[in-house]
Amino acid sequence: MKFIIAIIKPFKLDTVREALSGIGIAGMTVTEVKGFGRQKGQTEIYRGAEYSTNMLPKVKLEIAASDDVAAQVVETIQSTANTGAIGDGKIFVLDLASATRIRTGESGETAL
Amino acid sequence: MKRIILKAAALATGAVLLAAPSFAAPVSDVAEAVTAAAEAAPAVPNPGNNAWMMTATVLVMLMILPGLALFYGGLTRSKNMLSTMTQIGATACLAMLIWVMWGYSLAFGDTTYEGTLGLFVSGGSYFLSGTDASSTAATFTDEVISKYVFISFQMTFAAITAALILGATAERMKFSAVMAFVPIWLTIVYFPIAHMVWAGGGLLFEDGALDFAGGTVVHINAGVSGLVLAYLLGKRRGYPSEPMPPHSLVMTMIGTGLLWVGWFGFNAGSALEADGSAGLAMINTFVATAAGALTWMVAERAAGHKGSALGFCSGVIVGLVAVTPAAGNSGPFGAILLGIIASLVCYVFVAKVKAKFGYDDSLDAFGIHGVGGIVGAIGTAVVYQPFLGGPGDGSTALGAQLGVQVFSVLVTIAWAGLGTLIAGFLVKLTIGLRVDEESEVNGLDISEHGERAYN
Repeated sequence: MKFIIAIIKPFKLDTVREALSGIGIAGMTVTEVKGFGRQKGQTEIYRGAEYSTNMLPKVKLEIAASDDVAAQVVETIQSTANTGAIGDGKIFVLDLASATRIRTGESGETAL
Repeated sequence: MKRIILKAAALATGAVLLAAPSFAAPVSDVAEAVTAAAEAAPAVPNPGNNAWMMTATVLVMLMILPGLALFYGGLTRSKNMLSTMTQIGATACLAMLIWVMWGYSLAFGDTTYEGTLGLFVSGGSYFLSGTDASSTAATFTDEVISKYVFISFQMTFAAITAALILGATAERMKFSAVMAFVPIWLTIVYFPIAHMVWAGGGLLFEDGALDFAGGTVVHINAGVSGLVLAYLLGKRRGYPSEPMPPHSLVMTMIGTGLLWVGWFGFNAGSALEADGSAGLAMINTFVATAAGALTWMVAERAAGHKGSALGFCSGVIVGLVAVTPAAGNSGPFGAILLGIIASLVCYVFVAKVKAKFGYDDSLDAFGIHGVGGIVGAIGTAVVYQPFLGGPGDGSTALGAQLGVQVFSVLVTIAWAGLGTLIAGFLVKLTIGLRVDEESEVNGLDISEHGERAYN
């Protein structure tokens, strides 16, 4: 099993979620986050006082997937969240040691 | 005296009843009697004027709470929201109480002093002695309004002027220091300046200075006092390297709207009657403000930025400030001109020039009220002239009027600056002006009031 963490632009969330549903991904965790990378922050001006914010708002997706669909998930996110501009985000893939469904106690891929 | 008034009132009531069409009676006899009584009795306030002035008074109250409180509060960081609003409310309350004890006396009291003293203060009427419900105050014509209404109207001006200063000192001044500073400042700065400009026998009043609703008394006065107090306090910790963006421009926008609405009471009420002069002040308070608001946004675009909400709000306030001395002293197009010029000057001052000085006027009380007030007070000499559609009859040449206006501005700046220095130092040397470092970092809401604005 793999644990996939994707940081994407907030306005791409719906497109990515629909595309993932299309390949059978039934659940994910979404968090609003802030961060920075190569994309520089934005400038705010209040009565001439300029503040550059170096943290930009992003959306973090966390998805647990079986080994055979993990590559497809990464590819789907990469193609749908892509705008071609700096700041599109990153995708990280980790090995997932175990998964347990709390309601039934099932574990392993059946719990996903 | 009371008996005569009662008799006149009875006769007047009779006259109204008799004048009704269903009542055909010997009207001429009654009319004669009324005329005779009117000669003996003191002038009676016209209910229309009284009603308007009572409305205008509560409109100015609306400017303070919640208008100014929201306008300033939104501009602070969220940890200082309650402190900013509470200081404004408490300052206004303190000013109201002091006004009825000795403030009204010093500014407009019944006893006028001969000689130099009379140029700066009046006396008598302490604790409103000698005033009752039948007392009247003169307007600019033969009419009178109830004295209690006049006292209340002027009371709100003292209250808002003191509250305006707090924009310069926000986010670091102790609540107790505000409460100690305000009575001293009102006594040695506000009351004398109000007397000088608005009371018969006052230095600038007799000099012929034009200040319809308080460009010098309220705005230059508050702006300069705020600047001096900001210098005495020192900068906020982290200013200007640390970002201190406004925590809610929504609140600021709401406050701006309330200030604009209330300002009709402030400006049009300064006519002291519901007459044509009040109407002129009203239309000017619309158009100068509209011009100021859009000009600020255009200036932002011209400087390569986006037209902003805060720019809009700032332009609204500048337009209102600039038209205050000119409200009944300008035609509508003169007022628009004044709004445009004041907005440009204040934009350049606040956005470009201010940073070159070392002071921290937190919410730009000086940058908007001081600078806008100076442009308005001097500009009033120009827009007053008949060639710009002003109500002036041209009897005072433009140059001479400009001289009078500049003199009134300089006197106000000097008096406010010196008085604030004295009041500020008195408080600084006794209880101290500033909160300690930890309180400032934690925010004044929790450290001074034991509450948070948002939970």
